[in-house]
Amino acid sequence: MSEEPGIKKFMFVNRKAPYGTVYALEALEVVLITAAFDQDVSLAFLDDGVFQLRKGQQTKGIETKNFSPTYRALEGYDIEKLYVEKEALAARGLTEDDLLVDVTVLDRKALGVLMDEQDVILSF
Amino acid sequence: MLHIVNKSPFSSQALDSCVQVAPGGDLLLIEDGVYAASSGTVADNFMRDIMKRFRVFALGPDLEARGLADRLIDGITPVDYAGFVDLVARNKTCQSWL
Amino acid sequence: MPNIEVNGKSYETDEEGYLVNLADWNKDVADYIAKTENVAMSEQHWEVVDFLRGYYDEYQIAPAVRVLTKAIGKKLGPEKGNSQYLYELFPYGPAKQACKIAGLPKPTGCV
Repeated sequence: MSEEPGIKKFMFVNRKAPYGTVYALEALEVVLITAAFDQDVSLAFLDDGVFQLRKGQQTKGIETKNFSPTYRALEGYDIEKLYVEKEALAARGLTEDDLLVDVTVLDRKALGVLMDEQDVILSF
Repeated sequence: MLHIVNKSPFSSQALDSCVQVAPGGDLLLIEDGVYAASSGTVADNFMRDIMKRFRVFALGPDLEARGLADRLIDGITPVDYAGFVDLVARNKTCQSWL
Repeated sequence: MPNIEVNGKSYETDEEGYLVNLADWNKDVADYIAKTENVAMSEQHWEVVDFLRGYYDEYQIAPAVRVLTKAIGKKLGPEKGNSQYLYELFPYGPAKQACKIAGLPKPTGCV
């Protein structure tokens, strides 16, 4: 997969809901910047991180920027590997249909294995 | 790889998530994470289970600050800041379960 | 905060001349900013500016140059979706200069 020289596997691990803290937005900004460096980038959404991808976010009432549409721009940045924790979705009453982008749903064990294969992990 | 947990197991799912996702490796407890390293709590058995799969470390200064230095679960290794650096250096990657 | 004055109305900008409030934008403001950038707005310029506003509306970010170029190619054809065409229109960088004229924030991931 990332056998080309100079290309490293970067995984962004998102575990926070979008507006309660600034983690989700910060992660997204770093992801977009990283995309400029042509690395092998993937995003993983675990625990409350899956809420970041929830459809139908409307932030007018809390006077905060709604950055959820930006996840749909990732494809244009050639970031196509989005992994979502199966157990986290189930625990929160969500299915893939509730998410605003196409993702790969993996169970925790598979995510753990994938994490072990990375060169760089950025935790949010 | 190295997993770092900095939240108390009594108020956060961070440690839970970490051990359910990660197959094993090194686990370092820092800040409020060190409450999980103290014996006699409701998390005691949970921690001993974790220790079957992970090498568990706890940051000494954080244990001392919280009055936990004399209650460390047997088998958990206290490390100082230099030990923290060694752990980071000898693992290929590092995930902080914030 | 520096301001710009267009048709007797004052608009807030940042120190690099980007509009602070997205909603302040209109064609006269765009023309004014273009003049300060020494860009004479043609139909081709407007096409890119309109595209950028549409992109922002959809994704809530200003695209990086590479992404903009690709997206323009997809929508307006390969003869426009290349950096030579876009740099001819906006010599100081399509993303930076065109975003400024389009009233968008500076592109995220612009290196």
